[in-house]
Amino acid sequence: MAEHTQKQKQASSRTEETLEDLPVGAPQGEKLKAELDDLLDEIDDVLETNAEDFVKSYVQKGGE
Amino acid sequence: MAIAKVCGIETEYGIQVRGAESNPVAASSALINAYVSGKLRSIDWDFEHERPGADARGFSYPDSFAPEIEMQLVNAVLTNGARYYVDHAHPEVSTPECLTALEVVRFDRAAEEIVRASMAAAKRLLNDGSEIVTYKNNSDGKGNSYGCHENYLVDRATPFARIVSQITPHFVSRQVFCGAGKVGSELAGTSSSSVPYQISQRADFFEEEVGLETTLKRPIVNTRDEPHCDPQKYRRLHVIVGDANMSEVATYLKVGTTAIVLAMIEDDMIGSELTLANPVSAIRQISQDPLLTTTVALRDGTRLTAIELQWALLERARKYERSHGLACVGDDVAVDLLARWETVLAGLESDRNSVAHWVDWVAKQRLVDGFADRHQLSPSDAKLKAIDLQYHDMRADRCLATRVGLETLISEHDVRTAMTEPPESTRAYFRGKCLQRWPSEIVAANWDSMVFDVGREPLRRVPMLEPLRGTAKLVGALFDECTTAAELLARLDA
Repeated sequence: MAEHTQKQKQASSRTEETLEDLPVGAPQGEKLKAELDDLLDEIDDVLETNAEDFVKSYVQKGGE
Repeated sequence: MAIAKVCGIETEYGIQVRGAESNPVAASSALINAYVSGKLRSIDWDFEHERPGADARGFSYPDSFAPEIEMQLVNAVLTNGARYYVDHAHPEVSTPECLTALEVVRFDRAAEEIVRASMAAAKRLLNDGSEIVTYKNNSDGKGNSYGCHENYLVDRATPFARIVSQITPHFVSRQVFCGAGKVGSELAGTSSSSVPYQISQRADFFEEEVGLETTLKRPIVNTRDEPHCDPQKYRRLHVIVGDANMSEVATYLKVGTTAIVLAMIEDDMIGSELTLANPVSAIRQISQDPLLTTTVALRDGTRLTAIELQWALLERARKYERSHGLACVGDDVAVDLLARWETVLAGLESDRNSVAHWVDWVAKQRLVDGFADRHQLSPSDAKLKAIDLQYHDMRADRCLATRVGLETLISEHDVRTAMTEPPESTRAYFRGKCLQRWPSEIVAANWDSMVFDVGREPLRRVPMLEPLRGTAKLVGALFDECTTAAELLARLDA
């Protein structure tokens, strides 16, 4: 039972967190812009080296 | 009053083998087996009650292509109550049944980590330098699409025709906050200059307003009538129109707003004013206009933007909250959902970059446009398509979505826990706990029953037709008090 109680406690603190975490505004926008610039700086390291082949070879069968 | 909106998500991942030849079915099986073999004895899925060909409109379609179920493929039930299996040529994870949108996000995130863990396990097993890579997206950019389906519990008493006409405006317009974004278009007659970027991964693939198919002539409202619970009381609305989201908030809004709209439909609080004149062209027009200024026609001739349609739905939801309450989607998340719904619409309207940390298509477009500007690339450049694909890449060192500053709702600890522990709020708790405790006594499991073999007696099927029975509150003590599966079955009989 101790485990259940603990989980419930986590669940309720989780909810409080999401309720408090609402505002969106300029600071968020500036932070994102800075993050985007950083990411654009490093993206060549993350992107597949041969984009053409990478994109061409990604072929899926339909699903669902 | 609307019934509890029990809900879940099933996601098909794109799959590719790098460094070796393989077919996608074999690769999907290898991926899942690599995970399952290290975790638990595989429990077979039980197909006895699956009826994917039944149509919610109450008639059968002799010419339609009912979804096939490939019985021989890998099909595992996990201790968190999820199903992990090969569907057609893709690995697919269905979350366990959840009670709120926030729980769905938690289990969808857990599913991502299960898939990542599977990739790592498969890499160790393959041991030849080859690698199975997965993508949480919905299209290969070449006209092949695979789905991310949502499911919602709906009262059987609600007329299906009302659900179809009143949910459609939401399905057509909600992409403004839950579209995952796509470089280019896969529709015949379009090009990278006419549609360089669009809001939704999936809009190109929808050709009908309503129907049973999921793999061709896809309908905006899918009529598969397979409730996986008491069919006299419930429907399971099987939603195929959505994109797979990398953003937790997008998944949260997608599921949460849809649950609220469905509750309003059950209580007949939506009205018919928002009925669209031509939903199929509307979903495409909206998707192809990232500036969000396109208007679509309602049946009465009025023209509204997607954002205006969403404001109209949110306004109804606010009224509904006052008149009926929102207990059916979870009181604790309802207030937060409505606030975020408003924030995202206001943000998209005024400065969409202000919601780039919530909305996948905005986050992805900033990356695509920023990269194209910096390197003076044309819209058809393969690098932009590579960015699109890698946004959804499940390899940690290649994934772009995890690098763009998306807000998270679920802590790493809670995600880890959800990989093995079921939600406490639905019958998935009973399924998961039985699998944790007595895996060798369970011979089969599915959404609405489990089959036990406890030795002497014939096999015992435990029906689970009520999604809200088998919760931690109702059966938690039973698991504490029983040491064997036989004891559990005896207690359930009593």
